[in-house]
Formats: sequence, structure tokens, C-alpha cells
Amino acid sequence: MGQIQLNQVTKSFGDVQVIPPLDLTIEDGEFTVFVGPSGCGKSTLLRLIAGLEDITSGHIAIDGKDATDVPPAKRGLAMVFQSYALYPHMSVRKNIAFPMRMAGVPEDEQKRRIEAAAKALNLTDYLDRRPGQLSGGQRQRVAIGRAIVREPAAFLFDEPLSNLDAALRVGMRLEISELHKRLATTMIYVTHDQVEAMTMADKIVVLRAGNIEQVGSPLELYHEPRNTFVAGFIGSPKMNLFDGAEAQKHGATTIGIRPEHIDVSKTEGTWKGRVGVAEHLGSDTFIHVHDTGLVDMVTVRITGDIAARHGDEIYLSPQLDKLHKFDAEGLAIR
Amino acid sequence: MATQHSRSAARLMMAPAVVLLLGWMLVPLTMTLFFSFKKYLPLRGDSLANGLDWVGFENYVRFVTSSSFWPSIYATLVIVGGVLAITVTLGVLLAILLNQPMWGQGIVRILVIAPFFVMPTVSALVWKNMFMDPVNGLLAHLWKAFGAAPVEWLSQASLPSLILIVSWQWLPFATLILLTAIQSLDSEQLEASEMDGAQPLSRFFYIILPHLGRAITIVILIQTIFLLAIFAEIFVTTGGAFGTKTLSYLIFQRVLESQNVGLGSAGGVYAIILANIVAIFLMRIVGKNLDA
Repeated sequence: MGQIQLNQVTKSFGDVQVIPPLDLTIEDGEFTVFVGPSGCGKSTLLRLIAGLEDITSGHIAIDGKDATDVPPAKRGLAMVFQSYALYPHMSVRKNIAFPMRMAGVPEDEQKRRIEAAAKALNLTDYLDRRPGQLSGGQRQRVAIGRAIVREPAAFLFDEPLSNLDAALRVGMRLEISELHKRLATTMIYVTHDQVEAMTMADKIVVLRAGNIEQVGSPLELYHEPRNTFVAGFIGSPKMNLFDGAEAQKHGATTIGIRPEHIDVSKTEGTWKGRVGVAEHLGSDTFIHVHDTGLVDMVTVRITGDIAARHGDEIYLSPQLDKLHKFDAEGLAIR
Repeated sequence: MATQHSRSAARLMMAPAVVLLLGWMLVPLTMTLFFSFKKYLPLRGDSLANGLDWVGFENYVRFVTSSSFWPSIYATLVIVGGVLAITVTLGVLLAILLNQPMWGQGIVRILVIAPFFVMPTVSALVWKNMFMDPVNGLLAHLWKAFGAAPVEWLSQASLPSLILIVSWQWLPFATLILLTAIQSLDSEQLEASEMDGAQPLSRFFYIILPHLGRAITIVILIQTIFLLAIFAEIFVTTGGAFGTKTLSYLIFQRVLESQNVGLGSAGGVYAIILANIVAIFLMRIVGKNLDA
């Protein structure tokens, strides 16, 4: 009930091909996140699945049935937009009822589903308000409510949290994950925020310039990035990547080491550097180390605190078993 | 935001404009009120220098009891209503059409707006002589081409003809305002409704039309104010004959053709009251819409 298959799908706008031939299968009930830098084609891909854009060539199948030429309304998918796209002149109740009204669902059934959705999303007190009278988080929940009542085969989310403030974003992230666990419906979620991708996804699809760079579970991507792009994109703060002599010592063109896999000492170690800015988060401290002779700046993460001041000398030692090696094409050497 | 100092400076700088506007409005208004209570027939020797006779409300009573009064109200309402209905309906449709991406969009939009720049006298003359003339008009030729007897537009169908002429002038205005309103519609809303299963017709009635609600009220408000006062179109085409005498035309006839300034002024005061009633209603509608 919600398996989506893309087969050699391409999309061109005029002469510009934004999605080169692409194959992807999203399993039923899976929470899939499309992640990538802006302009990588992740939103376009979502709109192709939704049917809001026509694909240039290839096939899309939903539940094994070809949906390439099926209009958006008939695909059984529900979408939550970045701007929420609520109908401003309708009350929350009417907004949520709209897709059911269009589908000709009987009144009692409409009422039952609205009550259920409102209860699940804490909207019961707001049903008679207009969207303009709601806060960002509440509008977001109305948009999700409007999607839920259709009982779709899959939910599509297009950067739904990017208009919310940081605290609300963390809250909504949990709510959406919770919703997925409860409904067990396929969800496709587009974001440029790798933290959202890591925390919510069952499966992450990393995109760059319309190409799929890697598909896998969050931890697979974290521990075994397929290439330097994925290595640099997934994880916060970013993986330290260096090339040159240090990399050749390990038999690779580029080597990468995550900030948390570097040991710090004041007396001895592999690389010597000078402490730059230290970011204290309480639980962790990120130290930016300069003048190591490797790259401009190496980021190190240590648990707790360290008595290192700006300008102090410091020694870094990578944990060799956690080192990522990449060849001349940027692909991982395993 | 503003300090005491900048507020008083602003008042000082606005003062000339306010004084000018007040003078512009108050002087004619007071004079109209003054004349409406006087017997003032210039051709019979009445003049301000000799002093005018006070007649109380006699002019007001005569104006409404005259046989031309109710027909003129009827003609006014039919013309205003007809033009509003045509311009708003066609304006919405044209706005949707012009909002579609097409080749030569810029030129087409300018052409659509063009009639608004033609002076009312000129456009009425063009319509009268070029289109509606029963002998040489284009419409007469068209009718003859189909073997039908040409319609004498301005006498047989005088009100519809006037509505047609005035609508042609005001359609660009409605289209322009509605087009800008349609352009401000969030495309994600349309896409959302498309995904929600709304067919094009439902999208129009549930999403586009409510979005245009405010713009439509503004079009109706502004047009009503101007349409109540149309004059040149009537003067040039029928001269007030064949039931096209509107309230403003009746006042013109009373003052200039019958040379009865007092009676015409009383009519003018009625027109002011009528326009204000319309304005209050419309302001309330617009006010409600602007709050939402």
C-alpha cells in the first residue's frame, strides 16, 4: 500500500537536464528522506512523484501500477508544502475537509475523520479559526491534517519545517516521526538539513545535481560514505577531509576523519597545531585547530570541556581504525 | 515612530493640500445647498445681484415629483448594475486568460488596457458612428450580411447600447486590477488543491474566486462612484432621449437646458445623498474584507 518505484526517470527544463536517468525504489511504510544542497533537484524529484511536474522520460509506478500519466489527484498521494499552502479564506475545519469534499466523502465520515485528525494533531480548539489566526506550528499541523484525512498511499513533505523557528522545528520533527510510527504509511521527506535527515529517516537518499550519490540508512551513510561528497555532507560538524602527502601515507588520494574520532593531547600526538576558536556547547566542545600543515582548519569534537585557550599549542591523533580513505575519483576504498 | 517634531512638520506640510481640497469641495457644496433653497431662473431676470427669493423645500419637492425623476433613477441603476455585472464577469475571465503564459504577453496586455485611455466623448462618438449607425455602422453591415434588418441601436436598444459602450471603457480597469490580484495567488495553493483532487472548475470557485474577493469589491466600489456620474457617453449618443436620462443627466438638463438653477441644485443634493449611501455600504463591505 505505498511502494513507489522510479524507473529511468529524467526531467529536463528546456535544454537543461535537471534529473539524469534515475532509478529508485521506496518500500511500503518506509520513511525516506531526500537530502542535498539547494538546487540538487530534490524538490523537483518530489514534484515528479507527486505529478505536479511531467517527467521527460521514464516510468513511475505506485504500488506496482504505472502512474506516469496519472494526474496528481488520482495518485493517492498527499503533499505538505513548504508554505503549508492552506486556503486562507476557509476555516481550519474546511481546510481539512477540502480533499474529502472534492472526493465526495459522505458528511458523517468527513466529520469523523476531521475529529480524529484534530485530536491527533491537537487542533480541536482551533477548528473554527482561519489559518491567518494560527501560529506557524499550528498551520503546519493543519497542513498535515489535510494530508492525513485523505488516507493516502504515501505522504510527501517538501521542506515542511524550514519556515519554523529552531525550537519548534525540533518539536515538529518528533511529531512527524511519531506520526510515521503510528500510521506506518510511506513518507517521502525533502530537506536540505542533514540533521533532519539523520534523525527522521529509515532511508536517506543523498542527491547532488540530480544524481543519487548514495542510498542507505542514516548510520550506513555516517559510517560508510560511498564518496567524499556524502562524507562531507552527512555529519555535523563536517568530516575533516585532507589530500596530499598525509593522504598518500595511508595509500589514498583523500582521507577523511570525523571530528569525534580525533584524540587531543597537550603534550604529544600525530599532528601539531594551534587552537583557534573553541565552541562550547556544554556537553561537547568543538575546537577549530589551525596551522597543522594539512588543511586550513581541522575541527575536533571532545566530550565535556578542555582547558584550551586561543593560540595554545595542541596535538591531534586520528583514530586510525576510523579513518575514511578515498581514491582519485573520490570513491571510498574499502 | 514619529517624534512630536516630525508630526508637527508633517501637519504643516500637508496643510496647503488639505486647505485646497477642503476649499475645492466645500465651496461648491455650500453654493449648491444655497441655490437649492432659492428660486433662481436666470432667463427670467433672477440674479445674485438682485437677490434671490427663498422658497424653502419647494425645489426638492418639485424635483422628486417630476415625471422624469423615477425613470432617471431606474436608468441610473440599470446602467450601473449592467456595467458592473459585465465588467466584473468578463474582467475575471480576461484576467485568468491574460495570466496564462503566452507569446506576446506584454503587447496583448497593453492592447487590453488601451480602451481605458480613450476619452469618453471620443469612444462614444466612435461607437455611435462607426459601430451603431443604422446605415453606415459596422454592426449594420454585419446584420445586412446575414440578411437581417439593421438594428437602430441607440433608439431601439438604447440602455443596452449605453451599457455596451461604458462597459467597453471600464473593462480594462477591472481586468487590470483583477490581473494583479490573480498574480499574487500563491501557486502552491493551486497545486495543493490540485493534489486534493479539485477539478479546474472547483479550483476556480473554491480557490481563485475567493482570492479575488477583495479585488472584486474594490473594482465595484471605484466603478460605482465613477459610473453614477457618467455623462459624456449619454450626451454624445442619445442626448438623454429613449429612456437614457440618468440622474446626473437630469440635473444637467434642469440647470442648463431649462435654466432652473434652484431645481437642478436640489437634484444635485439628492445625488450627493445617493452617492453617500452607496459609498457607506461599499465602505462597510470593503472594510470587512480588508480586516480578514
